[in-house]
Amino acid sequence: MQLTYTDKQNAFRAELREWLKANLPTKPLASYDTREGFEEHRAWERKLYDSRWSMVMWPEHLGGRGCDLIEWLIFEEEYYAANAPMRVNQNGQLLLGPTLIEFGTEEQKQHFLPRIASSEDMWAQAWSEPNAGSDMAAIRSKAIRDGDHYVVSGQKTWSTRASFADWTFGLFRSDPDSQRHHGLSYLMVPLDSPGVTIRPIKALNGKDAFAEIFFDEVRVPVAHRLGAEGQGWNVAMATAGFERGLLLRSPARFQQTAKRLIELYKANPQVAERDPGLRDAVIESWMGAQAYAQSAYHTVGLVQKGAKIGAESSINKIIWSELDLKMHETAMRILGARGELRSTAPEAVANGSWLEGFLFAQAGPIYAGTNEIQRNIIAERMLGLPKA
Amino acid sequence: MDFTFTEDQLAFREAISRFLMTEAPPELLRDIWDTEEGRSPELRAKISEQGLTALSVPEAQGGLGMGDITWALLTQELGYYAIPDSLADTAFVATGLLSALPEGTRMREELLSRIAEGSVRIAVGHSVNPLVADVHLADVVLQEHQGEVHALCRDNIGFERNPSIDSSRRLSRISFEPSDATRLVGSEQGRAVWAQTLNRGALAVAGQSLGLAQRMLDLSVDYVTQRKQFGKPIGSFQAVKHKLADVASKIEFAKPVLYHAAHALAHGDAQANLNVSHAKLACCEAAWLAARNGIQVHGAMGYTWEVDLQMFMKRAWALDSAWGDRAFHNSRVAETLLADTAQIGPSFTFGALQND
Repeated sequence: MQLTYTDKQNAFRAELREWLKANLPTKPLASYDTREGFEEHRAWERKLYDSRWSMVMWPEHLGGRGCDLIEWLIFEEEYYAANAPMRVNQNGQLLLGPTLIEFGTEEQKQHFLPRIASSEDMWAQAWSEPNAGSDMAAIRSKAIRDGDHYVVSGQKTWSTRASFADWTFGLFRSDPDSQRHHGLSYLMVPLDSPGVTIRPIKALNGKDAFAEIFFDEVRVPVAHRLGAEGQGWNVAMATAGFERGLLLRSPARFQQTAKRLIELYKANPQVAERDPGLRDAVIESWMGAQAYAQSAYHTVGLVQKGAKIGAESSINKIIWSELDLKMHETAMRILGARGELRSTAPEAVANGSWLEGFLFAQAGPIYAGTNEIQRNIIAERMLGLPKA
Repeated sequence: MDFTFTEDQLAFREAISRFLMTEAPPELLRDIWDTEEGRSPELRAKISEQGLTALSVPEAQGGLGMGDITWALLTQELGYYAIPDSLADTAFVATGLLSALPEGTRMREELLSRIAEGSVRIAVGHSVNPLVADVHLADVVLQEHQGEVHALCRDNIGFERNPSIDSSRRLSRISFEPSDATRLVGSEQGRAVWAQTLNRGALAVAGQSLGLAQRMLDLSVDYVTQRKQFGKPIGSFQAVKHKLADVASKIEFAKPVLYHAAHALAHGDAQANLNVSHAKLACCEAAWLAARNGIQVHGAMGYTWEVDLQMFMKRAWALDSAWGDRAFHNSRVAETLLADTAQIGPSFTFGALQND
């Protein structure tokens, strides 16, 4: 055990800190759940990419820096400490990207990866369907082979920011006689293809945060299939765990929220006096975020020694989503009557950002696999309990 | 940056685990509970023979010089097998205290050598603990008194026993007359040593609590896999699964907190108090959840004397307030975090770290 950073790691941190200081947007970007904000975030991603900060773990020829996981943790720490904009293309960068790297053809990799890194292409997911949510293997959307194309028909839903994205990736049933997780293929589909209709779904915040995607005999080139035909489930699952658990929501994000929460608490001593229990809620938030960070360093250390991360990712997902909820609930408790005020309210605290975070935190235990499903995974795969 | 254990450390833990699995089965613990003294001379002899008391004694006094980081693994094993207090108190907490005294301090070398050979039982009395464990058998009590370190022998003390719900825990109210003859060091040197000892005691409890949590989880998993209702193992029902998944999550997320605290203590980090209190709270919380959910999934069996779960549960409940209760540790965390000088936020996971 050796808990100091190397000179190289410290230099990396310093370089990034300097760059962020010099390049951060001078005013907060609009919400990326709006068209305007989406494009502002795309422009920010481009700026990151131009200085090779968008995908630091990717190799240099893809616009990255070939960073290891420790450097990735450092990147996240500095990024969130600087209150830099939310990452708008995580679907492409964290979910599709690694899958392409593992299963893509040379041609696919060369075409798509740089465009993902630069956010020239923005990606939406197409997994869930009206009758395939937690039970994803119940997917019914079809992809019928017709020469060098698939003809795709069906309906996908809960596709985050699909109203604004350029492409979608997901699973489609390419073998009409197949059942469950067999006979699925992983396809990448341009959202401006003839036959694609997108119907926005308003989220709790009143914005078009996600959408339904309807496919009506959409012709998708076979060249846009990732991995072998009928192997889509395995392709999708191969990279799901680690990304979902750790990369998607790094500890730094929650450490920064905990820090802001402590500042909010200290700025409101009169509330603290009326509600003495708040102190413990505040310090528990810090302890939760700190534990997640320590756990991430421990996990990364094990991965670097060759360990495989399995069901542990499910624990991460539960921990960060419940922590996020708890922290925002505590913030609302401190804000009291000011908590309900929207960003447009003259008396809103911190531009209503706690309320915005509180609303989004409600989704945490649901998206990326509900926490109930994660608990099943922990019970069955880590503890070896029998399936129902 | 490498926040993992070495192969050697892990192998060592494995060896200790195998030894305790054979030598300290639940039946033996039940026997120990029933004895007047609450200790097994046979187990103690085997532990000494195995060299476990010598682990953190400096090499100069015949020990292995093992530090807090390795102990973060070993205390989990002591907890998992519910080894009574005297071993951790003597071999880890008292040994750390003695080693931290200036070389040449009266009794220091003698006691350390005797700990290494397994011929002395040492209890540690600190004002954070109203009662002292194992005074009734101790050859020496290392006692805090206004920051001074006193070494009390059996004829210097009086004690009154206070039975605990954990029958492996033998607590006493101690009375003594501090004197020049009993003082090892004065408060000037003593305060720093006691501050470190308190953290070491809390860390020993944290590690044991985590081990207890794991044992209760394992017992619960075994039980719900075997017990059938509605024609199926009850462990196949989600309501049961989720309770145990929650315990597993709490345990997994308490481990790194414990490990960082051990590292901070071993390196004298400025934030060691914060890290240790966090570890104590996180590990004890995991143990209490393991007890609560463990008893629930055991059904009525969990409320009986008969099922082994009770021994681990009671120990977890009891240790929660040892070496600082929750109020104590929560306050320490709050004091640090709410101070204007606090270093918090994403780049301070390991405090303010220096370059290599």
